[in-house]
Amino acid sequence: MTPLLQVRDIAKFYGARRGCEDVGFDLYPGEVMGIVGESGSGKSTLLSCLAGHLPPDRGEVIFDTQLHGPRDTLTMSEPERRMLMRTDWAFVHQHARDGLRMGVSAGGNVGERLMAVGARHFGEIREQAVDWLGRVEIAADRVDDKPQAFSGGMQQRLQIARNLVTGPRLVFMDEPTGGLDVSVQARLLDLLRGLVREMGLSAVIVTHDLAVVRLLADRLMVMKDGRVVEDGLTDQVLDDPQHGYTQLLVSSVLQV
Amino acid sequence: MIEIEGLGKSFTLHNQGGAVIPVMTGAHLRVARGECVALTGTSGVGKSTLMRMIYGNYRASAGRIMVGETDIAGAAPREIIQLRRDTLGYVSQFLRVVPRVPTREVVAEPLLTLGVARADAIARAEALLARLNIPQALWSLSPTTFSGGEQQRVNIARGFAHAFPALLLDEPTASLDAANREVVLTLIEEAKARGAAIIGIFHDEAARGRVCDREVDVGAFAPGQAA
Repeated sequence: MTPLLQVRDIAKFYGARRGCEDVGFDLYPGEVMGIVGESGSGKSTLLSCLAGHLPPDRGEVIFDTQLHGPRDTLTMSEPERRMLMRTDWAFVHQHARDGLRMGVSAGGNVGERLMAVGARHFGEIREQAVDWLGRVEIAADRVDDKPQAFSGGMQQRLQIARNLVTGPRLVFMDEPTGGLDVSVQARLLDLLRGLVREMGLSAVIVTHDLAVVRLLADRLMVMKDGRVVEDGLTDQVLDDPQHGYTQLLVSSVLQV
Repeated sequence: MIEIEGLGKSFTLHNQGGAVIPVMTGAHLRVARGECVALTGTSGVGKSTLMRMIYGNYRASAGRIMVGETDIAGAAPREIIQLRRDTLGYVSQFLRVVPRVPTREVVAEPLLTLGVARADAIARAEALLARLNIPQALWSLSPTTFSGGEQQRVNIARGFAHAFPALLLDEPTASLDAANREVVLTLIEEAKARGAAIIGIFHDEAARGRVCDREVDVGAFAPGQAA
């Protein structure tokens, strides 16, 4: 089986300071990989490099495109990469306002992404938008409301609907449950798990919350000072951590 | 179906002066299809550790753990993920679920992951919940608020939803009343009859005597005692 994503030797420096270095992994279709580490460990820098938001200083991010097979997304043309970001890729930001158009209605936020890939029939766009709002548990009578009128959890669910409506194959998520109440987090986790399974999505999730990766991620990468110190099956890394830093991280979690 | 050879395990505690604690050496075990083997030994001797290593939860320090054609001790994460989906089931002592997910979904999930049609998966889940005497009124609720015994039965229903060729059972009859214990033992006997290879930890001696064909004393694999 061809990996959906092959990451090779990614490095990014801010001047002399290391953002991330020597990062490489393969992600296969249907796999969810978590990246954990404390603030400043380089996990968000890495995600930005992978998702094309930040050019790395070296390395390759090879994606198995539908038309041309595996291609390095860092060397492809700008229009080609933009198309990829609108179709096969999705990015869920920690702060929903970074991923939403706050001045546009909920239905418009979802429909806009459909229009970006060529949908033109207003009735069908609206119908799909309402269907997706339902799947993320936003009532149909809120479709014309703007995201400002939504709670934080609703905004996050709207952002997910906007991202998934085009049927992407790879989703990048940056702290998708950060800043939400625990009850809202649980609802979002349940939703994400169902969508990953039903759509066969692959995902890369950056978080500092070990409980979130245990429930969502098949595999886990632990970062410290810009490098990967340990990786493996999620429950193996959490239950039998090999590296001193991971042992410290796991033993520092408060038990509820 | 399950073949273990020369298996060793030690824990290195980097934050406690790098202390290395050897817990197992030279462990070996074979379980054929249709056979149930009990792991025995005093508390702390490493029964659960051995079981977690077979599930790929703990990393082996030495040796081989063959489940079907896969060596768990050397397999890539995605091979283990696949093996856990279709071949190797595990009923742990603790239920770990996403809060808010209804019980029938929790039980049906392993089947849904395998691509079983939704209606069939739910029907199988409900049949198991009924057999394990979980009241129908609870099926649409999350098991996170259930009693210990109810959670244990939900966990067992989930573990038996798919007909895994290999099964690991950690104290499946603990905290169950006589009627439910009987149901679980019957489920184990049915799994054996269809050819599943089973490794179990049972403190309940009568249960062990009834479903297990052999016993393996894990104490024999303790470091310094291996013959």
